[in-house]
Amino acid sequence: MTILALDWGLIIEKLIMIAIVVFASLGIALYTTFGERKVAAILQDRPGPSRAGPFGLLQPLADGLKLIMKEEIIPNAANKWLFILGPGLAMTASLMTCAVIPWGSAIDVFGRHVELQIADVNIGILYVFAVVSMGVYGIMIGGWASNNKFSLMSALRAASQAISYELAMGLALIALLMTTGSLSLKNIVEQQVQGPWWNIVYQPLGFLIFFITAMAECNRTPFDLPEAENELNFGYHQEYSSMKLGFYLFAEYINMIMSSAIMASMYFGGYDLPFFNEASVAPNIAAMIGVGTLLIKIVLFIFLFMWIRWTIPRFRYDQLMGLGWKTLIPLALFNMLLTGAVILAKL
Amino acid sequence: MNTLEILFYALSAFAIVSAIMVLVSKNPIHSVLWLILVFFAISGHYIILNAQFLAIVNIIVYAGAIMVLFLFVIMLMNVQSDKEPQKKLLIKFIGVLSGGSLLILLIALVKQTAQLEGKQVLMKEGTIGLIHPLGKALFNDYVLPFEISSVLFLSAMVGAVIIGKK
Repeated sequence: MTILALDWGLIIEKLIMIAIVVFASLGIALYTTFGERKVAAILQDRPGPSRAGPFGLLQPLADGLKLIMKEEIIPNAANKWLFILGPGLAMTASLMTCAVIPWGSAIDVFGRHVELQIADVNIGILYVFAVVSMGVYGIMIGGWASNNKFSLMSALRAASQAISYELAMGLALIALLMTTGSLSLKNIVEQQVQGPWWNIVYQPLGFLIFFITAMAECNRTPFDLPEAENELNFGYHQEYSSMKLGFYLFAEYINMIMSSAIMASMYFGGYDLPFFNEASVAPNIAAMIGVGTLLIKIVLFIFLFMWIRWTIPRFRYDQLMGLGWKTLIPLALFNMLLTGAVILAKL
Repeated sequence: MNTLEILFYALSAFAIVSAIMVLVSKNPIHSVLWLILVFFAISGHYIILNAQFLAIVNIIVYAGAIMVLFLFVIMLMNVQSDKEPQKKLLIKFIGVLSGGSLLILLIALVKQTAQLEGKQVLMKEGTIGLIHPLGKALFNDYVLPFEISSVLFLSAMVGAVIIGKK
């Protein structure tokens, strides 16, 4: 079937995969909110949500229903179109990252060889970086369009925080790319599957910097300055209600899932299950085991994010900028030099 | 019309409409947002030309970093369209005229350039825009200018940190 010289089978295959990945991310995000409340409750020695369904498992559905049912309010003084655009952009930017993440090796269905990745572009990491740099627009536009001083302050904070931490993130990535020699995430994961060690062994400092900057880019505590309740009331989403607020809150969780997936792929072997020979089982089953492994790694990272959130208090704004510019960037530069020296010595 | 042509015309229309919207928007924030869309359209063109690296760097640098700073400054200045003094019609007319003449001049120059005569644009082929050939070219043929500009950028960044420490 060829119309316009396109392989429509491929397009349908990719569309199905996009649908699966997007809906799976939304579903996981829904239950991440539940996980967050349970983890917070355990850390603070209280039961947490326990009324809706067994163990409170239906709580996220109740929360979602509540958000949808709330009255939709658009403030009179707000810029209407941008006010609506803001949460949409935040959501789109956080979901776009999933395009280059390799979720597993490959499976054979209906005689087709299906790569479990939406797009294996040879600039995968740069694409992630571009999407991350787009992510701040949702917050900035929403904060500005609300026509509220607190929201504007928070939008400006978000922008300066994102730009400052992007620099250190980029420098940490460069050091990783120097060791892998490829920007394609699929290649990086395959190297780790075949090679003796995961990249974390070669780049421990780089991973630490990347993890901290990823936390800052996701606006997670201790870096949630844009929504600091005690200074800015609620920051950029103060004027939002109903599902538009829900989009902002959800985007944060999806960002968390995506950055966990990126970190797992780049530093922790992606879909590689250690001490397990993939050739010993059927290819399809091996691929499914790979997907499960990646999901477990993602869940562990999300738990780490939550653990940190409920342990460390929020930074002051000048401390945040100090950490970004005076500690992380010099450290990342040092890491880059060190990596270069080691590569040079090995030649 | 094949897929490539459809994509080309769609992207071009997208770019031109967005560029016009940058000019006619009364609100400077809207102008900046339209300009971001222009950059996306141009990146789309780069992808058609098989220059993926250029496309993504265009988005990271222009749409991602520089436009955020633009937005930042405009939000801080709190420019409002109804409070700003409006230009006179005559000034606007003169501006359109001189801008249009410059456009015609540039098009004429490009059309007459000897190097471009009889050349066709390579679409979807050619490898110079992919990262490996680009890296080879940068580190073999242009290694000195590349290294000098890298040191320049690095020193600018280190300098910013040093100034911030004082």
